[in-house]
Amino acid sequence: MANTFYNEILTEHNMHPIHKHPMEGANFVLQGVNPTCGDDITLSLKVENDVIVDGAYEGDGCAISQASADMMLDLIIGKSKDEALRLSEIFLRMIKGKITDEEKEELEEAGILEDISHMPARVKCAVLGWHTMDEMFKKKA
Amino acid sequence: MTEEDKRIRADFPIFENDNTIYIDTAATSQKPLSVLDAVRDYYENANANPLRGLYDLSMRATECYETARSTVAEFVNAPAAENIVFTRNASESLNLVAYSYGMNSLKEGDEVLVSIMEHHSNLLPWQLVCRATGAVLKFVECDKEGHLTPEMVEAAVNDRTKLLAVTYVSNVFGCRNDIKSFAEIIHNKGGIIVCDGAQALPHIPVDVQELNVDFLAFSGHKMLAPMGIGGLYGRQSLLEEMPPFMYGGEMIEIVTRESATYAEVPHKFEAGTVNAGGAVGLKAAIEYMNGIGFETIERRENALSKLCMELMAEDEHIHVIGDKDYVNHHGIVTFTLDDVHPHDIAAILNDENIAIRAGHHCAQPLLKYLGTNSTARASFGFYNTEDEVRQLVAAVRRIRGKMGY
Ligand SMILES: Cc1ncc(COP(=O)(O)O)c(C=O)c1O
Repeated sequence: MANTFYNEILTEHNMHPIHKHPMEGANFVLQGVNPTCGDDITLSLKVENDVIVDGAYEGDGCAISQASADMMLDLIIGKSKDEALRLSEIFLRMIKGKITDEEKEELEEAGILEDISHMPARVKCAVLGWHTMDEMFKKKA
Repeated sequence: MTEEDKRIRADFPIFENDNTIYIDTAATSQKPLSVLDAVRDYYENANANPLRGLYDLSMRATECYETARSTVAEFVNAPAAENIVFTRNASESLNLVAYSYGMNSLKEGDEVLVSIMEHHSNLLPWQLVCRATGAVLKFVECDKEGHLTPEMVEAAVNDRTKLLAVTYVSNVFGCRNDIKSFAEIIHNKGGIIVCDGAQALPHIPVDVQELNVDFLAFSGHKMLAPMGIGGLYGRQSLLEEMPPFMYGGEMIEIVTRESATYAEVPHKFEAGTVNAGGAVGLKAAIEYMNGIGFETIERRENALSKLCMELMAEDEHIHVIGDKDYVNHHGIVTFTLDDVHPHDIAAILNDENIAIRAGHHCAQPLLKYLGTNSTARASFGFYNTEDEVRQLVAAVRRIRGKMGY
């Protein structure tokens, strides 16, 4: 079985993440951990008037968990909280293997993780960043 | 492939039916045809509910089951068949000791000493017993290469130490512990030793009398037998005193409305209908291993560990965990690869049809102690070949490139 997700997009986000750095002035910070794999992400977002104006993450884990978080931030920075939550709902549904082509388009690069749905052991890695964002918004809401 | 490789591999139908390069034997072994045939033969020719029927067929089933017990007893050199309790696996065996012995014998102020390299199966039950009884759980640490010496154990025990839980062969380092010396140390303090033999029985001869252990747990599925059968060796005097672990059918002598007197050891620990088919499979697995012989098993596994470690040493980015000496690996080579998470290693190897384990190997306290939270583990059985080792290491060496490094 050949993976389609260890491609250039994924390895690039893993090796040269754009959003992996400490961040000042975040008003939403939450750590997400996968106890079984040890994947560990701390997500920081700066939200003004319900718009995500900046975001970053720190942590370590497999390429899928790290790249997925990086792609997520690419997608949601500049979007409203509600829009980010809508996209994460699509992403989580994609991982369960249930989205339309149009929805996948909306996820931009994150759409490359679609095939993770065939690897149950890796699903938790792919969704870590997204779940963490969901949690942080739902907690503070 | 050598003639010997071919001969051995021909005994394992899965190698005919599936082309996975299977290097995850420490998780579970593959099964030879003789084991599969024995299970089938039992169900086709001798199946009835053992130990209860009053007719010939049930007596035959009982005989198959009890003969298997004798075979296991001989295999670990137990004094008698009655020293062997059949369970589902090593985890159940260790839980049996924890619930039946630990809960009833330990009390506040006692100490339980567990080695840092234990599988969760030989740690979590002791955490539970200590919480319930007020005993204190203590750890004895090995060095970073997995060496746990008698001196280290000696320094960690005291007059309050009532129980030492330690593995014979580590599922992470692959190293073999000096159980005989550990047993002497804890016995001198008046305590007992609970030994996890899950990774030992498949690889080395185990003699419970020579080791002088009080309990030894193991899993059939790691030593060529079917899943769902395992065992516990227990010292007779301890087993006699222990209450049953589970309650139900076929473990009693007389039941009244209020109480029951229990069956003799070992049946008092085997409530409900037993896994006779599994026990028969375990007997066949032991016979198969005896047929191959530990000399051959060890020679082959050592050669695989040696080659694997030599080839991995050629790459500065691969780091093998554990002893530098391949003889102290028992087919288990745990490693890390710079910049690549072990889960990615396993996933990328899977693209090349190579099956290895990655993660914490159910030994999170150990990995934390080693300063990592995940590693990759290649684990060989005597049925693996040197060619498979070469393919594995070559594939591992390509991974960094695939990840863009
Ligand atoms: C050292 C050790 N102990 C115990 C176990 C638990 O075995 P089982 O899952 O068969 O109960 C394992 C298996 O992973 C092991 O490697």
